[in-house]
Amino acid sequence: MIQVHQLSKRFGLFQAVNQLSFEVGKNEILGFLGPNGAGKSTTMKMLTGFLPPSSGTAEVCGHSILDAPIQVRESIGYLPESAPSYGEMLVEEFLRFIAEVRGYSGTSRDRQVDRVLELTALSDVRRQMIETLSKGYRQRTCLAQSLLHDPPVLILDEPTDGLDPNQKHEVRELIRQMSQERTEKGEPRTVLVSTHILEEVEAVCSRALIIARGEIVGYGTPEELLAQSRYHNAVLLTLAESEAQTVQAALEQIDGVAQIESVPYSGAGEARMRLIPESGRSIAVDVQQVLAREQRTVSEFSIERGRLDEVFRTLTTNR
Amino acid sequence: MNGLNPIFKRELLAYFRSPVAYVFIIIFLIANAGCTFLLGNFYDSQQASLEIFFLFHPWLYLFLIPAVGMRLWAEERRAGTHELLLTLPVRLGVSVFAKFLAAWVFIGVALLLTFPMVFTVHYLGEPDNGPILSGYFGSFLMAGAYLAIASFTSALTKNQVISFILSVIICLVLVLLGWGVFSNALNAIFPVWLTDALSQFSFASHFEAIRRGVIDLRDLVYFTSIIGFMLLINVVVLESQNK
Repeated sequence: MIQVHQLSKRFGLFQAVNQLSFEVGKNEILGFLGPNGAGKSTTMKMLTGFLPPSSGTAEVCGHSILDAPIQVRESIGYLPESAPSYGEMLVEEFLRFIAEVRGYSGTSRDRQVDRVLELTALSDVRRQMIETLSKGYRQRTCLAQSLLHDPPVLILDEPTDGLDPNQKHEVRELIRQMSQERTEKGEPRTVLVSTHILEEVEAVCSRALIIARGEIVGYGTPEELLAQSRYHNAVLLTLAESEAQTVQAALEQIDGVAQIESVPYSGAGEARMRLIPESGRSIAVDVQQVLAREQRTVSEFSIERGRLDEVFRTLTTNR
Repeated sequence: MNGLNPIFKRELLAYFRSPVAYVFIIIFLIANAGCTFLLGNFYDSQQASLEIFFLFHPWLYLFLIPAVGMRLWAEERRAGTHELLLTLPVRLGVSVFAKFLAAWVFIGVALLLTFPMVFTVHYLGEPDNGPILSGYFGSFLMAGAYLAIASFTSALTKNQVISFILSVIICLVLVLLGWGVFSNALNAIFPVWLTDALSQFSFASHFEAIRRGVIDLRDLVYFTSIIGFMLLINVVVLESQNK
C-alpha cells in the first residue's frame, strides 16, 4: 500500500531524511520510531504531499506522490503532529467542512460525520467550539477528521501525544480496530503511525521501523526487535541473601551466561540477581538444572523478554 | 474546482466568528463617513453625488484592506492548519482563490453597509445613479486588487504584523504612482516616459474614471490582472515555501 523508494529531504545543509526505502503492506500497522528530529514527521509530510522530496519518490495505493498528489491525498487520512484544527469552529462544523472538501454533501456528509463522531467518542462535544476543548478532545477531533473519508491508508503523526492514559488506550484501540476493518469499498487498511512511546509499539504495531538521523537503523516485528536486547532471555532470580554468594558462583559456571548483576531489592533477608545471557541465548533450562543440582530454592524465577527502550537507545545512539 | 465552495464558506464563517470582523466593519463605516463629511466637505460641494465618498477609497483601503487580508495565510501557518488544508485533495490554486474570494465578499459586505450614503444623496437631491453604481463596482474591484496584494504578503510570513506592513507599503507605492506630487518627484530622477509608464500602474488613476461613471475596459483589465498576478505569485510562494 505504501512503497517508499530512496526518499530524501534536505533542508539547506541539514539532511533530514536520507535515502529512506521501506514498504507497508495491507492490514499492517507500521510503527515509525525514532528520537526527536530523526525525520519521522518529515517523511510523513512528504508522503502526504505537504513537503516535496529533495530526491526519491513514494507510492501510496499505486499513485506516485510526485505525479498524482491529489489521488494520493484522496487515499490518505492524515493526522499532522500538532493536530491542527480551526479553533473558531464547532466540532461538527469542522468535520462537515472537511467532509465537504473530500467531496461529500447532504446526507452522506452527515452520515460520515456522525460515524466518526461515534468512532472517536466525540458525540458529546459535537456542538462545542474547538478552541474551548481540552488537548485530548482537540487531538481526537483532528483524528476524526482523518477518518472521514474512510481512507485505505492512515498516516498518524504521534496520535497519542498529550493524551492521558485512558485516552491513549482508547486511541490505540481505535487504531487497532481501524487496521482490522476494511473500508466501505472493501479495501484492506494500512496504518503508518509515528510515536516515541515504546510501549505503544508493543501494544498496537505489527511491525516497527526505527530511524535515526534520517536513516533506517532497525526494522522488524516487536518480538524481533526485543530479541536484539541484551536483556532478551535474561533470568531474574530472588533467593535468600545468605545463599546468594554460593549460588552465584555456581551459576557463573553455566556456559552461555555472560554476566550476573545484582539487582537492588527491598525484601528483608533476600537478594535478587539478573543473569544476562550471551547474545540472547536461552539459559533458563540450564539455570534450573544448576539450582536443582545445588538443591537451592528461589522465591522468584522469571525470564525477561527484553527491553524495547534499551534496543531503541542502542540502535539510535551507537554509530 | 473541488473544494472551492467549502473552503470559501469556512473562511467567510471565520471572519464573522471573530470580533475583528465587527470592529473592522465599524471602523470602515466611521472612516468612510469621516472622510466624506469632514475631509471632503460633502455638504459644501453642493452636489448630489457620491464622487467625494469614492474619492477617499484608495486611501482608506490602503490600511483597511491589508488589515482584512493579513490573516489569510499567516494565521493558517501560525496555527499549523495549513498543513491540514494543503494535504486535502484540493489544488493549491483553488485554496488560494477560495480564501481570497471569502475575504473579498467580506469586504463587499462592509462596502454594502455604506448604503445610507446612497439614501443621503437621494434625500438631498436627484443624483445620477449610473456613477453611483459604477463607483461601487469600481471600488469593489479595486478592493480586490488591494486584497490580492495582502493575500500574497500574508503567504510570505506567519507574522500578521509583518504581513500587514508589507502590503501597506506595496499598496502605498501603487497609490502614490498616480499622485501628481509623487510623479513630479519621480520626474526629477527618471525620464518622463518612464514616470508616465509607471503612473499607469496606479490604483488611483484607474479608479478615477470608474468613480466618475466611465467604465473603461482598460481599467477593468488593470484591476483583474493585478488580482490574477498577485494570486498567482501567492500560489508560487506557498508552493516554494517548504523546498
